Amino acid sequence: MDTDYDAIVLGTGLKECIISGLLSVDGLKVLHIDRNNYYGGDSASLNLVQLWERFRPGQTPPKSLGSSRDYNVDMVPKFLMANGNLVKVLVHTDVVKYLEFKSVDGSYVVNKSRMEKVPATDMEALRSPLLGLLEKNRVRKFLSYIQKWDPSNPAPQGGLDLQRMSMAELYKYYAVNEMTVDFIGHALALHTNDQYMHQPAAPTAEKIKLYYTSLTRFEGTKSPYIYPMYGLGELPQAFARLSAVYGGTYMLAKPDAKVVYEGGKAVGVTSENETAKAKLVVGDPSYFPDKVRKTSQVVRAMCLMSHPIPNTDNSHSVQIILPQKQVNRKSDIYVFCCSYSHNVAPKDKWIAFVSTTVETSNPEQELSSGLALLGVIDEKFVEVSDLYEPLSDGKQDKCFISRGYDATSHFETTANDVLDMYQRIQGRPLDLSEKDPSKTQTT
Amino acid sequence: MYGGQPQTIKVVLLGEGRVGKTSLAQRYVRSSFNEGQAATVQAAFFTKAVRVQGQEIEVALWDTAGQEKFHSLGPIYYRDAHAALLVFDITDTDSFKRVKRWVDELHAMAGERCQLVIAANKQDLQHRSVSEEEAQEFAASQGAAYFQTSAKTGLGLEELFTALLSSVLDSLKDQRLHAAQGMQTTGRRHGGLVVASQDSISERKSSTCC
Repeated sequence: MDTDYDAIVLGTGLKECIISGLLSVDGLKVLHIDRNNYYGGDSASLNLVQLWERFRPGQTPPKSLGSSRDYNVDMVPKFLMANGNLVKVLVHTDVVKYLEFKSVDGSYVVNKSRMEKVPATDMEALRSPLLGLLEKNRVRKFLSYIQKWDPSNPAPQGGLDLQRMSMAELYKYYAVNEMTVDFIGHALALHTNDQYMHQPAAPTAEKIKLYYTSLTRFEGTKSPYIYPMYGLGELPQAFARLSAVYGGTYMLAKPDAKVVYEGGKAVGVTSENETAKAKLVVGDPSYFPDKVRKTSQVVRAMCLMSHPIPNTDNSHSVQIILPQKQVNRKSDIYVFCCSYSHNVAPKDKWIAFVSTTVETSNPEQELSSGLALLGVIDEKFVEVSDLYEPLSDGKQDKCFISRGYDATSHFETTANDVLDMYQRIQGRPLDLSEKDPSKTQTT
Repeated sequence: MYGGQPQTIKVVLLGEGRVGKTSLAQRYVRSSFNEGQAATVQAAFFTKAVRVQGQEIEVALWDTAGQEKFHSLGPIYYRDAHAALLVFDITDTDSFKRVKRWVDELHAMAGERCQLVIAANKQDLQHRSVSEEEAQEFAASQGAAYFQTSAKTGLGLEELFTALLSSVLDSLKDQRLHAAQGMQTTGRRHGGLVVASQDSISERKSSTCC
């Protein structure tokens, strides 16, 4: 370990592994360390034994659940938007070749306590019981405007300037009703709360476009989401492999790994009386307790079940959004379910996750309307995690720290944080238009 | 078989550092490539198209990328591997002793149907320190096929891979038969998306279990 590196990365969560991979591809000499003896940090997928170790130490999982290794239970459940930035990074780095993805069966939204399919196509919108006849026409006009709107052109388009007008004003222009606003903002644009309403319309319009381009990216899919076989824990490992292929060195199980500072700057990492020097240190907030602040909390329930979620057409994988207004909250509740069809559980077992941003002193209670949708739950684990953000951008102290994984149901904010970190470290943005610029792999 | 695409067979390389894992892979893959195809320093994933038992096959050969050095190969490496090629150096007793550890690791991480092949590598060197009998006996005790190889001369490699791929194909036929009889099988399931490039709009319609 007593060697000099260009960069040391602490923690093998998804964000850290992507950065590690990108820096190694750029030719930097990278040392990547984790205090745990497994990959993934907070974004790992655990088997039954690991799950029990974490939540019920000293107890053993019941035999009825089947084999421990057939389970891959995500600690940060999220789906990938098929045309989102994470998929672009996966393609750019060619990391997709280490992974297999499958589309997610269904996308639902709760409206007036009823579970409704999110209309995915024009045809579905026409049939959807979510919208009345006149409303259907207004929604169609609204969506057709968004589809034609070009985000790369800053000028007003069709007489509307989305850079200046707020989203509330745009909704008003198309005279769509409140229920539709709820549905578009939360089930299509995937906002977690209503703060976006009074901000410029352009970013929300882009989010709606992303929903549609994701939906049409692959033929015959019923939702804009994709998910890796064997769970999200595969993603950090795949990027770690990329980093290793480009010369990155991996050391797991270093519980005492600590950043070494000199004159307020990070200069290396020490573990087991050895010190590795580096020009910069990257890591998740847990490795930099003095350099982060707590912003909020997320509560997540992981539920093992022996049946699909009721009223989802027996979907083997599904997302259900409970928009905040429907459940009298400030932030949405997300339900996410996957099963043996994505190889995350043995045959005839399902894993459902319910999560939201914490608003009260009784976080578990806040999940109740989501948990109520699930039917019989065999085993339930609830975790409240603190979200941290870095105090500074790292340019001065050479500490490039990621943010925690928020309550959103997909990876767009995760990918944006990674792209931002990359730009801060390398001083230039990652060009996602080029595919695998170094082209050194024989495939 | 993915709707007309050739069957992909995943083979993982295992063994201590310096036993010749990468050299074996490069030797095997390069000989079938055009002479002009240069192997690169960072290559850790090789593919080769071959024909075995009259069937088109794509071999995906995974190398450890040095992650074995500090025991940091994650489960993804073993995921859905059809076969593991365990390599030791006949001039290095330690590398042979540690083959046992890799077999244990494999049993813990890979599926039951993963075919195991042990390669006694560096046969071109004179001063061997691992006895042929001992190595063969060990391989037999683990139900593993055993081959003497040299990445330098190419000795034993065609035979090794032909046998390895044939036994994988036999195992797959066996699994399909079981699947047809309604028994549960392991390994890759159905309908994965091909997330290859921005303009690819395709989905593997279905696949037989492999």
